[in-house]
Amino acid sequence: MSDVLLSARALARHYPVRLPGGLLGRPATLKAVDGVDFDLARGEVLGLVGESGCGKSTTAKLVLGHVPPSSGEVRFDGAPVPTDRRADWRRLRRRMQMIYQDPLGALDRRLPIVAQIGEPFDIHCPDMPRPERRERAAALMASVGLRPDQAGSYPHELSGGQRQRVVIARALALDPELLVCDEPVSALDVSIQAQVLNLMSDLRDRTGFAALFISHDLKVVRQMADRVVVMYLGRIVEEGLPDQVFHAPLHPYTQALVSAAPTPHRRARNRIVLPGDPPNPVDVPSGCPFHPRCPAAVARCRSEVPSLVRDAGRAVACHLAQSAGGDLSPAPRALKAKVA
Amino acid sequence: MTTPLMQLRGLTVDFDTGPRFVRALHGIDMEIRRGETLGVVGESGCGKSITWLAALGLLGGARVSGQVLFDGDDLLGMGPRALSKVRGGRVALIFQDPASALNPVQRVGRQIGEALALHRGLRGDAARTEARRLLDRVGMSNAAQRLNEYPHELSGGMNQRVMIAMALAGEPDLLIADEPTTALDATIQAQILDLLGNLQRETGMALALISHDLGVIADMADRVAVMYAGRVIEEAPAADLFATPGHPYTRGLLAALPDLDGPRARLAAIPGSVPAPNGLPPGCAFARRCAHVDGVCETAPPTLRVLPDAPARHVACARMDALWCGQNSVAAAPQTRERANA
Repeated sequence: MSDVLLSARALARHYPVRLPGGLLGRPATLKAVDGVDFDLARGEVLGLVGESGCGKSTTAKLVLGHVPPSSGEVRFDGAPVPTDRRADWRRLRRRMQMIYQDPLGALDRRLPIVAQIGEPFDIHCPDMPRPERRERAAALMASVGLRPDQAGSYPHELSGGQRQRVVIARALALDPELLVCDEPVSALDVSIQAQVLNLMSDLRDRTGFAALFISHDLKVVRQMADRVVVMYLGRIVEEGLPDQVFHAPLHPYTQALVSAAPTPHRRARNRIVLPGDPPNPVDVPSGCPFHPRCPAAVARCRSEVPSLVRDAGRAVACHLAQSAGGDLSPAPRALKAKVA
Repeated sequence: MTTPLMQLRGLTVDFDTGPRFVRALHGIDMEIRRGETLGVVGESGCGKSITWLAALGLLGGARVSGQVLFDGDDLLGMGPRALSKVRGGRVALIFQDPASALNPVQRVGRQIGEALALHRGLRGDAARTEARRLLDRVGMSNAAQRLNEYPHELSGGMNQRVMIAMALAGEPDLLIADEPTTALDATIQAQILDLLGNLQRETGMALALISHDLGVIADMADRVAVMYAGRVIEEAPAADLFATPGHPYTRGLLAALPDLDGPRARLAAIPGSVPAPNGLPPGCAFARRCAHVDGVCETAPPTLRVLPDAPARHVACARMDALWCGQNSVAAAPQTRERANA
């Protein structure tokens, strides 16, 4: 049994789209995920950060086998993840579960919550006797801090934080080895967010699940993740330990993200304001995809795609952060950079 | 001292729920001075948005009372005609979701033109030139072409720029921005906050920035009002508030927030959840979640009072005297942080 639970190699997902133009539109390719490599060890939490459209959620779907990759592959515990939704996929899904951003959308409004928490047993353990299922569902409710008298409640009767607890309880019902969490606390208020994050940390200490933790909120990712991957336009641009990535970011994009992260504890700071919007993933710029917005870009960035270079546990895809000898150092913050 | 630009006095809002009225705002007192940025922060349902909608007469079906003085005139007593002169003209509003605030079937230029016609009487070529100038001003590249585009052709950040351009059309004295960057990505949020700051410096307008995000408020605000369950529970200069929060709820909020710096520790979550507006306890609404709760907290809701030795700070907590002295002796020294962008 190897230490690597999940690995993605040259993982890509392209969607054919039609752009305006001509009678039926002009065919084009949207590269939602475009060549992503990462490993996730057993019990590790990998944080995935990036802006909307960078391919975070598509990566989650690829990992779970919800959509087939266009190229590359995902391996779970050494075997490729099937995408055909047949018996082998279902067996695997027992071991990997998902937590979504919107708990109300992930729950059935017409079922009491205890039935939803126990549903994984109905699906995956049909031989389990009924009293045991009930008992385990009750134990799960207690473990996520829901009261026994709430068992018969319907999702609309609960608060947002309680609903997310129901979703977490259901996801943990079968002791999964991997949890894929897509923005699990983004819809929650600060005080409730802290409760749910603490709950997830406690449950992780107790059950030892590994997680792919997707969020746009750097502070939340730092709180939860053992390692962080930053994505931009379907590619990984930087990887490292949370404190490396957030305290000494190498890639100019990460530098801007970190400087723009609003936190009340750093009032005096220089916010790097990037020009423009993230480009449309249908029309990825040549060379480094980040170069049109990059304050430090040089001629080489316009023509040559930087590869992800790894060194001592860190990785970065930026010409300016990679030296000829293979060492990595932060990209220079160019004088052009607008500091507000 | 000059009179504040806008003053809310004892503003209350009751919603008609059928069998009875439910009070959502319990007497809000707030003021905004000319040119300043007031940050209003609180969790969902605390009344931070309703306060401003009620003040501008935009809450249909609710019973609103109290006083809303704008430059000395009470907006609540104003007729619809006079009110619509103020609203959109001297006071402008922008919302969280620009795409749903814009008309999807009209070109951007026409929508800005409408605001210009209403508040500045500009039409035809003059309106078009001015609309173009406004789009330039909010940092839209290629403004002439953008005027002919529809909202769905623009990104979320661009649409928010269009909203800001429309808000500027009436040359407002006060811009109320309700979660203006919540729907936007981090790098776009930085652009919009930067733009709002620059516009404010250039035009001298006041800004009421409503947000759930303490980080955004800390970045932008001169003064901060923290709301909880329909009341203002703390009000203070931003630097003071974030250095030494007074109210147990404000302290709890700051402690519950994960951070990018410092050691990674377990978050100090606030237990429980916000009480529903129709189930508020007779005393302090935060009492059930408060670590410092005492008998006095459960008798009557505390009112905003000036803190001892800090005349610019107000806190609504019955136990503030004891808590504040305790905090100052222990925690004030290491927590002093330099005041940013003062």
